[in-house]
Amino acid sequence: MTKGTVIQAEGLTKQFGDFIAVDHISFEVKKGEIFGFLGANGAGKTTAMRMLCGLSMPTSGKATVAGFDVYKENEAIKRSIGYMSQKFSLYEDLTVKENMRFYGGIYGKSDAFIKQKTAFILEHLKLEKEANLLVKSLPLGWKQKLAFSVAVFHEPEIVFLDEPTGGVDPVTRREFWSMIYEAADQGTTVFVTTHYMDEAEYCNRVSIMVDGRIEALDTTIALKKKYEADSMDEVFLKLARGAKRGE
Amino acid sequence: MRTLKFLLQKEFRQIFRDPSILRLIFVMPIIQLMVLPWAADYEIKNIKLAIVDHDHSTYSQQLISKITAGGYFQLSGDPVSYDAALKLVEREEADLVLEIPSHFEKDLVKEDEITVFMALNAINGVKANLGGAYLRTILQDFNREVRLKWVQFPRFNPDTQVEVVSSNWYNPLMNYKYFMVPGILVLLLTMIGANLTAINIVREKEIGTIEQINVTPIRKAHFILGKLIPFWVLGMLVLTLGFIIARLAYGIIPVGSFLTIYAFAAIYLLAVLGLGLLISTYSSTQQQAMLVSFFLMMIFILLGGLYTSIESMPLWAQYITKLNPVSYFIDVMRMVVLKGSGIGDIKRQLLVITGFALLFNGWAVWSYRKRS
Repeated sequence: MTKGTVIQAEGLTKQFGDFIAVDHISFEVKKGEIFGFLGANGAGKTTAMRMLCGLSMPTSGKATVAGFDVYKENEAIKRSIGYMSQKFSLYEDLTVKENMRFYGGIYGKSDAFIKQKTAFILEHLKLEKEANLLVKSLPLGWKQKLAFSVAVFHEPEIVFLDEPTGGVDPVTRREFWSMIYEAADQGTTVFVTTHYMDEAEYCNRVSIMVDGRIEALDTTIALKKKYEADSMDEVFLKLARGAKRGE
Repeated sequence: MRTLKFLLQKEFRQIFRDPSILRLIFVMPIIQLMVLPWAADYEIKNIKLAIVDHDHSTYSQQLISKITAGGYFQLSGDPVSYDAALKLVEREEADLVLEIPSHFEKDLVKEDEITVFMALNAINGVKANLGGAYLRTILQDFNREVRLKWVQFPRFNPDTQVEVVSSNWYNPLMNYKYFMVPGILVLLLTMIGANLTAINIVREKEIGTIEQINVTPIRKAHFILGKLIPFWVLGMLVLTLGFIIARLAYGIIPVGSFLTIYAFAAIYLLAVLGLGLLISTYSSTQQQAMLVSFFLMMIFILLGGLYTSIESMPLWAQYITKLNPVSYFIDVMRMVVLKGSGIGDIKRQLLVITGFALLFNGWAVWSYRKRS
């Protein structure tokens, strides 16, 4: 493992019966990096991410996250990561404040920490007035920003974001990405999957998954040069055209 | 422990914010305990009886008025023949037919022996059986009265007569409500316990929040305790509410101690909640969980000894009831409420139910996976 590497996968594979969802993927993510994990629907992004988060047992291959082995030390990994799933999964019947308190609490944070951090986030998101509203009453864009804040509430080393901006308007998407940048500036490694190719441009490095395999992995500039494309959109289309798995 | 505190705080907040859960917990017991014991009646009243009186004598009239005086029988029609009476049965206007022969009085006086004929509509088996039994008792009574009046007793009674006099222990007035109310309370506790836990966890699966929990370093045991404790508390609350209703509405005060009942209920609830957990770990949608728990509840209720006594079931069915936690609690409830049994008397049931609690919860913890 190179120094400063926080995620390392080698031949990581997940098979469901005959179907190979993730097919021997290998990559490294460095500390503080924003790593874009691109791919069409069904390419295996979410499955790969779930293996790294300790939610899904790999079929074969090796991987470490934050220096812990995904097979044996999955609970230790969970202490070092934050996770925001594709599906909004904060408690809608709890208030904004209660959600933060709950997640802070189960990560073992002290009352003082929770109080301070809650105040900071509420101010930052300009949600002070809504602090005691049930989460279900918030608009989607706010919910997504809140979900991200909760995912990094306990100040994890790495945060995994699974299509965090799905269905969100462009203005909110930009705000969301500025939140990601802030987290990265503070040394948090960001592992993010997305469909939006303009978002890929925000990433330090991206990998493109096609049919369970990683077909390309580099900085966006290098990828565009290699595939003789003007935008990441073009790069993606060139690679994804060969995909056999549909939606 | 701190993790548990946060989990409990969250669960209680969610429960008290959900009006449907509160309604289920408080309104369901009240309605069930106020309505069911009156409707689910073991006593058979208003049996429709068609009497074909061929004799029209003083004695036959006496017999008829004796039958109707008890309040169990209602005369329907005044059929002139047996066939006419059967017509009444076909039209469901009569459940029983009693045929008094034409020489009823004459034979009774002269020959000291009569035969009357009784026909039962056995479509409603319980009604026919009980009605038949009531009628037989009335006829015997009548028989004895007539003998007392008419027959000159010899110095030594030629027939040895064994008369059975019964006395109903533990429920002297045979008040079936004493019998039903504690049983219904057990069913309530079972349904609330198993259903609520199962649905609660499966709902977290459906919404996706369980994934967010699984990705935290939370311990399995903490998560499960965080789900069990709130519903355990609610279950004990329902039990208390049930006893308050039993006392106010039916005047039922357990002969035995509340401590015995609560001690058993505490463990029983753990077993039932464990079952709910188990159902939830094997279901991925609320419909699945509901159907499975419905299926189990039907078996538990019908083989629980509330509506039909376990002793009269075929042997194979009796073995099944041994696997039914409900049957143990109904047993214990009746023992303690009616007979005043103490902890020492329910040791066996306590042991078995502890076994169930360990089995269901152990199985649930084992089969709950944070990683798929």
